Amino acid sequence: MASVLVIGEAPDGQLSATSAELLGAATRLAEELGGGVACALIGGALSSAAQAAVAAGAETVYAADHESLAQYHTEAYVPLAAAIVQQDTPQAVLIGQTSIGRDLAPRLAARLDTAVVMDAVDLAVADGRIRATRPCFGGNARQVVTITSDPQIITVRAKSQDALDPDASRRGSITAIAVDPVAPSAAVTGKEQVQSEGVPLNTAEIVVAGGRGLGQESAFRDLEELASVLGAAVGASRAACDLGWYPPAQQVGLTGTVVSPTLYLAVAISGASQHMAGCGGSKSIVAINKDPGANIYNFCRFGVVEDYQKVLPPLTAALRELLQD
Amino acid sequence: MDAIVCVKQILDPEMPASAFKVDEASMTIVTPPGVQQVISPFDAQAVEAALQLRDAAGAGTISVLSLGPDSARDAVKHGLAMGADEGYHLNDPAFEDGDSWTTALALSKAIEKIGLPDVLLFGRQAADWDYGVVGGMVAELLDLPSVTVLRSVEWRDGKIGVSRVVSDGFESVSTTTPCVLTISNEFGDPRYPQLRQIMQAAKKDVTVWTPADLGIDPSAIGAAGARVKMERLFVPKNETQVEFIDGDSPAEKAQALARKLREAKII
Ligand SMILES: Cc1cc2nc3c(=O)[nH]c(=O)nc-3n(C[C@H](O)[C@H](O)[C@H](O)COP(=O)(O)OP(=O)(O)OC[C@H]3O[C@@H](n4cnc5c(N)ncnc54)[C@H](O)[C@@H]3O)c2cc1C
Ligand SMILES: Nc1ncnc2c1ncn2[C@@H]1O[C@H](COP(=O)(O)O)[C@@H](O)[C@H]1O
Repeated sequence: MASVLVIGEAPDGQLSATSAELLGAATRLAEELGGGVACALIGGALSSAAQAAVAAGAETVYAADHESLAQYHTEAYVPLAAAIVQQDTPQAVLIGQTSIGRDLAPRLAARLDTAVVMDAVDLAVADGRIRATRPCFGGNARQVVTITSDPQIITVRAKSQDALDPDASRRGSITAIAVDPVAPSAAVTGKEQVQSEGVPLNTAEIVVAGGRGLGQESAFRDLEELASVLGAAVGASRAACDLGWYPPAQQVGLTGTVVSPTLYLAVAISGASQHMAGCGGSKSIVAINKDPGANIYNFCRFGVVEDYQKVLPPLTAALRELLQD
Repeated sequence: MDAIVCVKQILDPEMPASAFKVDEASMTIVTPPGVQQVISPFDAQAVEAALQLRDAAGAGTISVLSLGPDSARDAVKHGLAMGADEGYHLNDPAFEDGDSWTTALALSKAIEKIGLPDVLLFGRQAADWDYGVVGGMVAELLDLPSVTVLRSVEWRDGKIGVSRVVSDGFESVSTTTPCVLTISNEFGDPRYPQLRQIMQAAKKDVTVWTPADLGIDPSAIGAAGARVKMERLFVPKNETQVEFIDGDSPAEKAQALARKLREAKII
């Protein structure tokens, strides 16, 4: 029995970065709760991910390893996750606030007759229970909550927690979980991968993002050029995505991707709270917006109050020159 | 094709950030003057999805269900004005101050009482507390398949085909009915009720149920049954001071910005 069980993810057989962060958080919480750390993995070809989970802090790994589980599927994953939780009986279960976690956690909580708190960005222990801090109201507010039922299930935002340094000398046991494939009622029939060219959004050190104020889809080509000079990823506000100017997978914000780069350059984005919910954790935010009263400027280190069309070409040129030497 | 759409009434999430305030002592949101209560935007999109499914199937009854105080009746009426047929309102002091669990429990009892339809629709998350839990919990309580965060739904003669938004693209899923679906903003704008439809909806009855009508023990719902306890509610402090870049022309400002970024070691 562990104090904290992490439900990890291992797409393509590799432990995800978020899973390692959750194991780091679980290690810190378990120390205060006075117990151990376990990790559940559900997927296909998990042996190296299971080793990676041990190196990342798990003392026990439960691996439900089967080719039919290579892709996430609600009806297959929920019962396996529930079986592992019931076998381990942890005090708390941490799950990533990812596409998978969003889908899995509510059903898992209901199945185990307990509660779930979504999208925690900070975790602490008080009176032997976990206190989770989470953004709400589109990022306008934060609440601190405690779950009074057991186990306490919490989804945790990517990059909000620090992973431990991976240590291959850590020892842990790996328990295989029996998998009995079932024909699902809801079957995945296809996948359309939206390839973002260049740097992936969620891990980028620099993000250049565009909003409705760009006025036209073609302006994203100019942002892409600037991004290639900076080695940056390109993101977009929901308004820009809703207009069809950029793919939804590149949307930054509450219902899109949460990014926390060292530099977030927002071009013609007003800075609505739901957008800031996705980029407010950036080290430095810089905006180009012609309205000096735009909300984004409340979060900016630097701002250029101008029509972006007049600023982007000389900015791209200046940065290209600067970054050449 | 019968559907039930669960809709929540919330404070307009599009209000300016500067208007947003909380009362930390009572852990409540202060309603700013002039800001309205509205149907949660994803829930309006869920009503739209139900109407489109019915159009595709040719016939069916769409019911709108909301749990909330007296004012939540307006969210039900909004769904009716959009074109739904029947409205249900779970309204009783015992329902107040619950959590995702108590809400899911009450909604699932109400859904059983209405009669399980082909499709149960929810928003991907209520745009106030941003949980995204109730749809999945109702699916589990009623033991139904669920597909979440959808950008499109299609009626295929008793089956449902959907497109899910996932982190690296979209997933096509085909599900049997009855099922639970949660709708995301990628679905597109919901129709806006016309004055005539609003007047017609105003005349429609909304069925009101209390815990007793649903056979629920009041200790299982609302504040009494809640399993998530709030310790604190606050507005995060933001002490960033913007430095506006000076310059005689946009080009000079651009060059100055590039220099500043370098000096500050940001790039
Ligand atoms: C429940 C909910 C969830 C949401 N989730 C998200 C989310 O995940 N991500 C997200 O981004 N939004 C989200 N939104 C929407 C959000 O509230 C805003 O509507 C949206 O972010 C606005 O996008 P924008 O800044 O591009 O557009 P606008 O608000 O229209 O701003 C455009 C800006 O461009 C500036 N501008 C115009 N022309 C120029 C020019 N020539 N040069 C320079 N500047 C110019 C204007 O001054 C303005 O500030 C959500 C909303 C709700 C209700
Ligand atoms: N009080 C409520 N009444 C009716 N439906 C609700 C209520 N609360 C949540 N829902 C539904 O559940 C979805 C998810 O809500 P939540 O889990 O609270 O974010 C919402 O989009 C609604 O469809």
